[in-house]
Amino acid sequence: MKVKDIAEKLKLNIFSGEDSLNTEVNGAYTSDLLSDVMGNAKADSLWITMQTHINIVAVASLKDLAAIIIVKGNKPDEDTLLQSKKEGISILGTDEQAFEISGKIYNLLKEK
Amino acid sequence: MQFEYKIKGGDFSEAGTISSKLKKILKQLNIDNKIIKKVVIALYEAEVNVIAHAYNGKVNIDIDTEKIEINIKDKGPGIENIAKAMEKGFSTATSKVREMGFGAGMGLPNIKKNSDKLDIKSKVSEGTNLKIITFLNK
Ligand SMILES: Nc1ncnc2c1ncn2[C@@H]1O[C@H](COP(=O)(O)OP(=O)(O)OP(=O)(O)O)[C@@H](O)[C@H]1O
Ligand SMILES: [Mg+2]
Repeated sequence: MKVKDIAEKLKLNIFSGEDSLNTEVNGAYTSDLLSDVMGNAKADSLWITMQTHINIVAVASLKDLAAIIIVKGNKPDEDTLLQSKKEGISILGTDEQAFEISGKIYNLLKEK
Repeated sequence: MQFEYKIKGGDFSEAGTISSKLKKILKQLNIDNKIIKKVVIALYEAEVNVIAHAYNGKVNIDIDTEKIEINIKDKGPGIENIAKAMEKGFSTATSKVREMGFGAGMGLPNIKKNSDKLDIKSKVSEGTNLKIITFLNK
């Protein structure tokens, strides 16, 4: 399943990275701790988080993550957006909280 | 091959830029992806530690046919008890830094786990010196 399929099915907002929505998704990781994601997230995963600052882009890029999903209606900071465009990282958003969106993504990824 | 970079303490917006450069270099050198992943995690955490905990730092990277050696040397408060700092969950990060999702006390354990050799030297009120070695042929 691709990032764009998940974005469509779950009606996610697309903040940036329209060009990298064709990335194949291979799992997801939910965490707000950067070292946790750095140490434990797998490549090609979605990253579900409430963090909105610029450092999430570096982490997603260094870890080859598929996309970032920001929860609870939060928006990425202005410099986060700029950086995500530079690095070609998709940032998506949802009004739902981490538990709900993680559950839905879990079901979608299990389905395929 | 040798590279040198500088790190400015407190400047979180720059965190990861050196790791990102090294990642590109290692890819160009056709280094095994598993090794690149390890090195990138270790260097990122070391970079962030200088930014979060020290005043300024210098990164020296030396790549030869056998290994990647990274030295991160900072001027800063130093680490009083290295064994304690190595424990998962130990952190002296400020609440502001924690709000950003740093300060889980996982950085040094991540570095340890993702290096073949780790040597930490530190002097209180002077600074900290990390040597991270990753072997290429294992
Ligand atoms: N370069 C450094 N200079 C001074 N103190 C340091 C340095 N690196 C680490 N420390 C000390 O060791 C502690 C543990 O470091 P570690 O990287 O494991 O966790 P952290 O940086 O607090 O949180 P995280 O890495 O999970 O964001 C730090 O909180 C700090 O007290
Ligand atoms: Mg740290």
